[in-house]
Parts: sequence; C-alpha cells; structure tokens
Amino acid sequence: MTATAYVPRPAETVEGTTRRRRRRLHDDTRPAWGFLAPFLILYALFVIGPAIYGVVMSFFETSLVKSGLGKFAGFDNYVEAFKSSDFWSAMWHTVWFTILTTPPLVILSFVFALLAERAVHGRWFFRLAFFAPYILPSAVMALIWIWLYTPGLGLATASLDKIGITAPAWLGDPSWAMTSIAIATVWWTLGFNFVLYLAGLQDIPRELYESSAIDGASPWQQMRGITIPLLSRTTTLVVVLQVIASLKVFDQMYIMTSGGPNFSTRPALEYIYDIGFTDYRVGYGAAASTLYFILLLIVSALWFMQTRRAEKRA
Amino acid sequence: MNDQMSPEPSRLSRRGFLGGALAFGLGAGALSACSTPVGSGLAGTTIDPGALQYWNLFGGGDGVRMQAMESGFQKSHPSIGLSSVTLAWGNPYYTKLSLATLGDKPPDVAISHLTRMKTLQAAGLLEELKQSDLARFGMTPEKFNQTAWKNGLVNGKIYAIPLDTHPFICFYNTDVCKKAGLLDSSGKLKPIDGEAAFIDALKRAKAVTKQYGATIANVNETATPWRIFQSLYGQLGGEVLADQGTRIVIDDTKALKALNFLSTLNKQGIMPGSLDYQGAIALFSAGRAGFYFQGEWEITTFQTAKTPFSMAKFPNVYGGSNHYRVQADSHTVVVPKRPSRTKAELDHSLTFIRSLLDQSATWAAGGHVPAWLPYRDSSAYAKLTPQSNYASAADAAVYDPDAWYSGSGSDFEIIAGGSIGAVMAGLTSPSAGLSRMKSKLQTLADTKPPT
Repeated sequence: MTATAYVPRPAETVEGTTRRRRRRLHDDTRPAWGFLAPFLILYALFVIGPAIYGVVMSFFETSLVKSGLGKFAGFDNYVEAFKSSDFWSAMWHTVWFTILTTPPLVILSFVFALLAERAVHGRWFFRLAFFAPYILPSAVMALIWIWLYTPGLGLATASLDKIGITAPAWLGDPSWAMTSIAIATVWWTLGFNFVLYLAGLQDIPRELYESSAIDGASPWQQMRGITIPLLSRTTTLVVVLQVIASLKVFDQMYIMTSGGPNFSTRPALEYIYDIGFTDYRVGYGAAASTLYFILLLIVSALWFMQTRRAEKRA
Repeated sequence: MNDQMSPEPSRLSRRGFLGGALAFGLGAGALSACSTPVGSGLAGTTIDPGALQYWNLFGGGDGVRMQAMESGFQKSHPSIGLSSVTLAWGNPYYTKLSLATLGDKPPDVAISHLTRMKTLQAAGLLEELKQSDLARFGMTPEKFNQTAWKNGLVNGKIYAIPLDTHPFICFYNTDVCKKAGLLDSSGKLKPIDGEAAFIDALKRAKAVTKQYGATIANVNETATPWRIFQSLYGQLGGEVLADQGTRIVIDDTKALKALNFLSTLNKQGIMPGSLDYQGAIALFSAGRAGFYFQGEWEITTFQTAKTPFSMAKFPNVYGGSNHYRVQADSHTVVVPKRPSRTKAELDHSLTFIRSLLDQSATWAAGGHVPAWLPYRDSSAYAKLTPQSNYASAADAAVYDPDAWYSGSGSDFEIIAGGSIGAVMAGLTSPSAGLSRMKSKLQTLADTKPPT
C-alpha cells in the first residue's frame, strides 16, 4: 500500500489565491460529475433506491405475493424481530462466525506473509499457493469442503481416523458445524489478507532492519520493534475488512448446510432470506434486514473513528 | 502496491478493447442463435424455445424414474420438446418456484407436494384447471384416488393433479420377523393392532436381533418424528390446526397419549433413543432391527442393499376397526400462473401430465401408491410387491393441516418434529415437549398470513 498520510499544504492564506483555486475547482468538478454519472445513476437506481424502499417496506405488512405495500404496520415488524428468538440466534450465529474467523484470518495471514517474504527460492509459488483458494467461487469452495467433510469417506474424516482420532460429524453435528464452516472459510479467504500483509511488509524500508541489526537487535526484537508497529495501519485495514466480510457471511453456509443442522448455522442474512422469500413476508424481512444494516453501520462507524484516531496519532 | 508485487500491466489499447467487446457481442449473439445455455443466459432467452418447461424436485431413485418417464414422454410425443429442471427438495424448491412465477417466467408444468400446493394456491400462483379441459385428456375426477383428489381441491376448484400418495409405512425384515413368529403362513406380516401388540411385536423382534426391535430417525431429522406422531394422533382423531393455521386446536389428552407411547418405546429399550436418518437405515439394513418406520420411498435403498425385507401398512395402534389413519402427502402436478397462456400451450402441459399418469407403472416401482386408478386397479399393480401391500394406506391418508407455514419440509414440520423428536429421545417429557411445540406454533399462528 502506498497510502500516504495527509500532509497539510502550506500557505493558502492569501485571499485571492483561495478564491481563484475555488473557481478552478468548481470548473473542474463539472466534467468530473459527467464521468461519475454512469456509476452514480446505476448506484442510485440499484443500491440507494432499493435500500430506501426496503426501509419504507419495513413499516408495512408487505407480502411478496401481493401487490403494493400492504397495511401500515408501524413498528410492529421491529417489535416482532426484537422478540423473536430465531432472529437473535441468527444474528448471534453471524457474530459468532465473525469471532471464530477473524483472529485466525488475521494472525495466520500475517504469519504466512512473513514466511513467504523470507523464502528465498520459489517465492512466487508461495504467494500463488496462499492466494489461489481466494479466487475460487463460493460454490466450488463449498463443494470441495463438503467432500472433505463427508462422513466415513471424506479426506478430513479418513485422515483423522488413520491417526486414531474419531472425527466429529463435521457438518452434521450442531456443535461442530459452525467450526467446520469457519475452518473452510479460513482456508478460502486467507489469501486476501495475506496479499495485504505482503504488500505492507514490502513497504518497510530494508535500512531499518540493517541498522537495527548493526545495533545488535535480535530477529525477535526486530519483529516487535519494527515489523509489527510499521504494519499497524495494514493490520487495522485487514481487521476491519475481515470483520465486515465475516459479518456478510451467507454463501458457504447456505450451500454447505442450508443453515442446519437444526438452524445451528443459519446466519442473519439467511434468516432474512427465509423470512422474505420462502415465507413471503417481505415487510418483516425488511425490518430484520434494517436491523442488520444498523449492526454493520455501527461496526463501520467504530472503524472510522479508530482510523481517524490512528491518523491523528501518526 | 510495490511494483515487485504487481506485474507490468498488459497494455490494453482503446481500439483493442472496442474490438474485443465487439467480438464478445457477436459471439454472444451467435451463441444465442445456437441456443446454448451460455448464449441463452446472456441473451435472456429460453434454451429451447417452444419446448415445455418442467420443474421437479426428485433426486435419488425417484430422480432416475422421473427421467425415464420424461424420455418416455419424448418418445411418444416427439413434436413437443421437453426441457426439464431438477432442483433441491424442500424450501429452496418452493422459493424458486414462487419467485419464477412472480417474475412472470414460471415453468409450464411443475411438481408440488399437495400440502405445499395449498400455499402456492393461496398466494395466487397457480392456474385453475377447468374440468372441461381435463376431460379432453381423459383426466376425470373419478379416475383418481379420491382421498388425494379431494384433499387437493380448494373450495371445490382444481389446481393440482395428484400423481401419487406417499404414506408413512412399516418396513420389516422378513428373516427377523419369521424367526420372531410375526409372519403368517404366506410370509406376510400379521396385522399389529393396538399398543400392546405393537410393543409385543417389537419386543419379539428385539429378542431375535439382540439389539433393537425397530429403528426410526429422530436426530437432525424433524419430518420423521412428525410423521409417526401425526399417524398415531390421526388415528386418535386429533387435529392440529384450524382456520387456515390461525388457530391451534391440539387435543392435549390425545396428543399426550401418542407422545407417551412414543417415549415408552425408547424407555423399554426396543427402539434406540437417538438415531439420525442414515443411522436408522443402516441399523435396519444390517438386520439389527426388525422394523423400520419411514415413507415408502426408502424401498430403493433396501433393494440396493439387498436387505431381506418387505413392506406393510403402518400398524393400526389407536384407530380400532373403522378409524385407521396414516400420515401421507402426495406429489401433484401444477400449472403455475402466467400472464398469457394459449390453448395450445395449456394442451401441451396437459398432454405431459397425462403422459406422466400413463407411466404410473414406472413411478409406482419407487414405492409411491399411484393416484391414477386405471393403473392402481390393474392386475399389473397387484403383482407389484411389496409396493401393492400397503396401497390401501393411500385411502386413509392424513395430510398436514392447511396453513401458510405448513406442508412437507416446512417450518411447521420443523417445529413440531423437533419437539416430538426430543420426546422420543427421552430428552424432554411428553408434557414439556407438547407445551414447547404449542408455544412455538402459537408464534406462527399469531402471525398475519402473508398470502
């Protein structure tokens, strides 16, 4: 990453310069809007519009199979969601999945990036090997892991059997299913964080290591004093992107377990899908989805505040 | 990023890009002309224009037999093309069918469970089938199993043609039951009537197998516990829901009687407490249990496993001489609603449905009791054993109650079956299980129906 910190430009004090600059800026923005228009129109049409419509719908008893918004429901849908144990357990599954996946995805990708950076020969191979799973579509990755987890014959089960450990019913046991999906996800998405860390590592000037080595720093001291502090911006970025990606989990759970067994792996997004599309209750689904949106908003706001603070420190 | 990381980007000139885009566009056009899946996906057209679009949810042995019936149709009607799609069973199937119909791109013909068809109909997604149209293809009401036909009517109107009835039945190991003295002189299972006879039969089977009398799936499986409960509770004359699912009318005395009986079976050690779907099959096919209770569709599994088995109606535990009941559902064929449908298109659909009925022999081999009486009453079907042993169960079928949240594989079965399964496993007492089931169902009953 070559993200340079914001450096306040000197001067800009003379009145005339500022006004001229402003006018020039204004003239510059018009063609910019023109270039942005294709994106903005589509964005308004397919993201902002539907989002507003969804919020409106959440206050009505809208049905998928009836035209129009239906009867006004006030906050009934929200009250129902707050009272529904199914909604909260689905929200908890999403959060639990995030808790299970974020630490290994951050720590392992950091460790692997360090190791790949150290490799003298065949560095390209390690980079490719760790990044390759990330480019798989979710359905392909899910199929591979369903095979690995197949009771009796799957590689994961069979190899544990060989060393004398009785494998759990990976996806069939409610107390194991979430962990099994988390393991598969770590393998799948590790590559993205790995690449970010690799880039971060390469931005650290070599001279720092050289001079610290001359001063007698051990590799461990170099790691603690140079590598980790200088990667802190990358770590913040990786953690936040990872938390948001994990909170958005849907594909692999829907394909691997469809939320089962006994709803033990149904994430918030699947709950919304089940309610809105399978049960036709779009109004209530929209309310659940708005609550979920608020959760993501809070997480993003926390990140924003955190980065602002970090930038001020820098 | 450091340039060590990113390789030199290959330069793409504007001319090159436009040329590529043009070639891509032409390619897509050419592909759609050839009506390949890729081309039709890009152009948004159907793969085989004019062909009959047919959706179903059959996997396993049923899937193989349905494919045979589809090719039978194509052979007898080469002028009508057929394009068939098989989707995953349960909620995903009905969700896709609903969305495709709402999006005005439904299949011409689709399979639906009778109990799920009611919800599709209430949502206004199904075409009403006129008696006069059906009569032109010889499909008149009296040619169908009356229980399936009448349960499929909505306010006297026809929305679905029943293909079969698939009752909950009793599989028995012929070797075990013979040694236990449970077979008659012709090698068929002697009738098991009443609680005591049921427990006695299982105990005698257990004495032979030295392990279990019977197996049934109740872990990670909600439909099966619901099926056995509904069979027993139905024999007692109990109802679960009324007024389109807005009211719960469970009769506590009757429900507790059935639940107590189910929990006894585990307590007496004649049925295992916790067993998942595959485990129940494995124990029975290995001869470690004399009986196995499930829908008749598992016939293919045991034929393949070469288990010495036969099939009979689920025992009449509470029904007495005139109130035998058993849980069942039917596969029906429906015509989803579309903004415009020509008479020729409807006729193609009806021709296809009639062709499926005419091939009932293929379908019945998979265990389902055919709804088409011209075949069910034939001598060919009588000779088809063990399938025809339990054919009369179709007349005594109890279907899941009407509600927007009920039907095969629905939330209703998951809730009810989850509580019943816990009672069978001895994890909850019958009364606690019943009150949990009622309170969870109450939430659904109180929700305003979306249809």
